[in-house]
Amino acid sequence: MTVNLHLSELDRPNSYIGKTVPRPNAPRLVEGRGVYVDDVVLPRMVHVAFFRSPHAHARIGEIATAAALAVPGVIRVFTGRDIADICSPWVAVLAHLKGLKSAPQHALAVERATWVGEPVVAVVAATRAAAEDGVAVLEVQFEPLPVVADMETALDPDTPLIHPELGDNLVFQRLHEKGEPDAAMAGAAKVVEAVFHTGRHTGVCLEPRSILANYSRPENQLTVHHSTQAPHMMQTIFAKHLDLPEGNVRVICGDVGGSYGVKVHVYPDEMAVAAIAKAMARPVKFVADRLESFASDIHARDHRIKGRMGVDAQGRIVAMEIDDLTGIGPYSVYPRTSAIEGNQVVNLCGGPYDFQNYRAQTTVVLQNKTPTCQYRAVGHPIATAVTEGLVDLAADAIGLDPAEFRRRNIVRDDAYPYTSAANMRFEGLSHQASLEKLLTMMDYDALRAEQVRLRERGIHRGIGLASFIELTNPSPFMYGIGGARISAQDGCTVRMDPDGSVVALSGVTEQGQGTDTILAQVVAEGVGVPIERVRVITGDTQVTPYGGGTWASRGAGIGGEAALQAGLALRENILVVAAAMLQAEAGALDVVAGEIVDKATGQPRMPLAELGRIVYFRGDTLPKGLPRELVATRHFITSDYPFAFTNGVQASYVEVDVETGFVRLLKHWCVEDCGRIINPQLVDEQVRGGIVQGIGGALYEHCLYSEDGQLMTANMADYLVPMAAEMPDMVIGHVETPTRESLLGAKGAGEAGTAGAPAAIMNAINDALKPFKARVTAMPFTPERILAALGTIPERRL
Amino acid sequence: MKPAPLSYARASDVGHALALWREAGPDARILAGGQSLLAGLNLRLAEVDGLIDISRIASLRTIDLVGDTLRIGALTRHADLERSDLVALHAPALAQAAPLIAHPAIRTRGTIGGSLAYADPAAELPACMLALDAVIVAQGDGGERRIAARDFFTGVFETGLEPFELLIAVEIPVLRPGRAQAVRELARRSGDYAMAGLVAAADVTPAGLRDVRLAYFGVGGSPVLARAAMAALDAGRPVAEAEAALDDDLDPSDDLQASAAMKRHLAKVLLRRVLADLTGTEQGRPA
Ligand SMILES: Cc1cc2nc3c(=O)[nH]c(=O)nc-3n(C[C@H](O)[C@H](O)[C@H](O)COP(=O)(O)OP(=O)(O)OC[C@H]3O[C@@H](n4cnc5c(N)ncnc54)[C@H](O)[C@@H]3O)c2cc1C
Repeated sequence: MTVNLHLSELDRPNSYIGKTVPRPNAPRLVEGRGVYVDDVVLPRMVHVAFFRSPHAHARIGEIATAAALAVPGVIRVFTGRDIADICSPWVAVLAHLKGLKSAPQHALAVERATWVGEPVVAVVAATRAAAEDGVAVLEVQFEPLPVVADMETALDPDTPLIHPELGDNLVFQRLHEKGEPDAAMAGAAKVVEAVFHTGRHTGVCLEPRSILANYSRPENQLTVHHSTQAPHMMQTIFAKHLDLPEGNVRVICGDVGGSYGVKVHVYPDEMAVAAIAKAMARPVKFVADRLESFASDIHARDHRIKGRMGVDAQGRIVAMEIDDLTGIGPYSVYPRTSAIEGNQVVNLCGGPYDFQNYRAQTTVVLQNKTPTCQYRAVGHPIATAVTEGLVDLAADAIGLDPAEFRRRNIVRDDAYPYTSAANMRFEGLSHQASLEKLLTMMDYDALRAEQVRLRERGIHRGIGLASFIELTNPSPFMYGIGGARISAQDGCTVRMDPDGSVVALSGVTEQGQGTDTILAQVVAEGVGVPIERVRVITGDTQVTPYGGGTWASRGAGIGGEAALQAGLALRENILVVAAAMLQAEAGALDVVAGEIVDKATGQPRMPLAELGRIVYFRGDTLPKGLPRELVATRHFITSDYPFAFTNGVQASYVEVDVETGFVRLLKHWCVEDCGRIINPQLVDEQVRGGIVQGIGGALYEHCLYSEDGQLMTANMADYLVPMAAEMPDMVIGHVETPTRESLLGAKGAGEAGTAGAPAAIMNAINDALKPFKARVTAMPFTPERILAALGTIPERRL
Repeated sequence: MKPAPLSYARASDVGHALALWREAGPDARILAGGQSLLAGLNLRLAEVDGLIDISRIASLRTIDLVGDTLRIGALTRHADLERSDLVALHAPALAQAAPLIAHPAIRTRGTIGGSLAYADPAAELPACMLALDAVIVAQGDGGERRIAARDFFTGVFETGLEPFELLIAVEIPVLRPGRAQAVRELARRSGDYAMAGLVAAADVTPAGLRDVRLAYFGVGGSPVLARAAMAALDAGRPVAEAEAALDDDLDPSDDLQASAAMKRHLAKVLLRRVLADLTGTEQGRPA
């Protein structure tokens, strides 16, 4: 590598990588000047509201539309059959997930509705209110069908089939075995086991799913303003299912108010909107309201996992076994599929620990509930809870302190490269350094002493630890090899304009997490200009390089490296011109803070604006044939490892009121290692936000269904998300182990908080409950479940 | 989540409001703070064809000491209760209860009249009215009518208000010397409706608590006076007997957050803690 970035020196001139800089887009957003899809208003625009199935499973009969069409403002009504003529159905499978099957799914249900909330009829009107008035008077006949609600019985022979043509309700099953788990368990000094449940929950974005599709018949062009994580993927999908050339579809993604994985999937209602736009040749807007968000945004994490762990007399893990069952709703979600989460549970369980005897199975079944798919930290919180729950049980069984047990079992920092029992390959992790840093930060021994002291006064506090790994920077091994047109590569184009300012166009996207900021930092440093001179443009398929967008914590590691390389390439191009103008060697010059300088002395030679003036307006004065390319594009894809794993460890300190079952979160710590940190504050806030979503899963959030498949928690009063008052103080620390796959060395940080928080909280609660020999393993850990575990009240099945 | 089309009129005073209401008919609703009503309209839960907005009637947003009664106008916001010196001095239970209602934005708009007229079984203020022996003042075409709080809350979201009758004020006997009031609730999150809550008032005497009022909320179809438990305490019986008596006083049903069994259990925990609050003894930790 010819360029030395000195990435560890923070106070060199014109350095931004590793520094907290303010987010350039923050003032605009805080002042309410964001432009979300709902803010975009086009001439001749109409609105859609959906009639959604009130039944979990029913045959759709006659649809009487006359009353709806008579409502003032209503323009047209589309049924499933109408839309099926415009938009072809899809089947969400991936070739590398062997045996994965699903049924064709339509934008609007055609023959049967298969979950409460599935879109059945679309009403198009001049306003959203008129469209809702139309929906209110639609008459749709339904013939209710038997409902498959319970995943535990979904495969029983007498359970009805959701899609008879599939032959059963099994979507996917995978068994992974390594080493000799049976023999190792048989030889273990102690074997512990438990059954864990992670409650079905969902992403709850501040900005709901939103789409505005417009079709121009003369150009045969579809333009879609979309709140999405993956504009290029959606471009491909709109083109394919609406029968348009891919080049005639443009997806524009402006400001996005959070996505968390919710907005990386294909939603039937959104496909219907695009189809309606094509049919009517008008702009058509749909913004999901909160009620339909709960019933139609993907859900996630509906798992039951049986786990066993064997340890030897020295307290070393010798084997681990898990049996995972998950219900995913009536369809595998397109195009990423709903088998990934279970697959990740298999891949990630036991991840931080050094053992090689492992058996893991996941079974993915259909049910008549909202479809589930990838939500922030896909599979991680589940795998971490199971692993860390078993680790605490094993430590207890063998009589070791949980921290000491982890010390003995985590993969050593000098053991890399290392291949886990699940066959995950790790380039370089820092479990030992992270654990020691965490224990110091929290003053573990002092907390233990305090815990003992307070217990004598009837105050029950608990400490929970959770080590974790996080999968980031995915290669095509995640989706591409399975046949999905989802780019693992990303690109960045960097351009210098006459005044010396720089524009960067990137294929990764801004969802509110700060991607634009880190791209600006990286480009500013790569080119050598002040960050104020960099403008970042993302989220327009007709403008930016083709790329994957935001998912699996890839923005910094992949988009960031492409931006860095493009910036460096532009710097070299600039220096070629500068050398000619200053009659110097390009190698003797540099670009710093927007000036050409003498590399050796730092002496300023010429502002970039002067170079820009000459190149753009007086090119005649430069030597003929001199390359004057003030635009550079670079792409990046990971290739040495399928994924860049990161690691970390969290701790939770809680107080359980054993009379009421209430849990108070006193404090939370996280040490994580995302490789090179580009912007410390953004990483800290990613971790904090992630922890809060983990708190949600551990204590509050639950999509509850009745036995007949009715969603009982379909509003913000019944579906509880943690709010400011529920958040403890969170202390974040870092260890930096940069990946050697890239110059930047960044891995992802977006999911670390969510991955570890539920496990840490679970272990802390159970630590507090220990004197009562009570234990909880079913999330969310509600006061009622805790009181039931304490034997105070009877258990209730919800 | 858009309401069905409806008409709207703003009333300038109580008489005007009543006249508008008559004109609009029984399917029109009074709009006060809108914090319950508008959510219901957006969810299209109720058929409402008109709104009569009373929120700007200044004469209904008052807190006055009238003799030994504290009179609180119907449009007094929850936030006003939180900040009023008169309330803190003469009806401390209301000052304690107000911050437990929802969040600041909602407390800035939500009104005491709206809360009482809406009569949510899990709401704080109706239970306060029971515990403080308040009188609800209603006004219809025929003039004012006074209803004792214990007769006012008749069922789930049901009250003793007649059609075309406006709740205009509540009257609360001021706290007498030697008497104490306390409020506690157990809610899943800060600001949520409670799984169980208790408003208590009693004379604190050397012989123990006397003239005890225990008004529970969130454990029945409307706020409940726990009469058997109150009697046990008035008779100087041990707290455990009062707890046992709650089994007769309360008949909660399951909801999403808590089973009936859990609500019964929490009611007992609350009783212990609130009695400790009243007597100023070691209270355990905050509920
Ligand atoms: C997120 C959220 C959380 C909440 N949490 C709580 C909580 O924890 N505890 C709690 O107690 N409340 C809670 N509330 C409700 C809040 O306290 C409301 O303010 C209150 O229930 C109704 O008061 P309002 O003035 O907003 O009445 P409105 O919503 O305007 O009216 C409610 C009903 O009362 C009728 N009405 C109003 N005023 C009168 C009157 N003067 N005479 C006759 N009828 C009248 C209306 O016609 C309507 O039917 C919550 C609300 C929200 C949105």
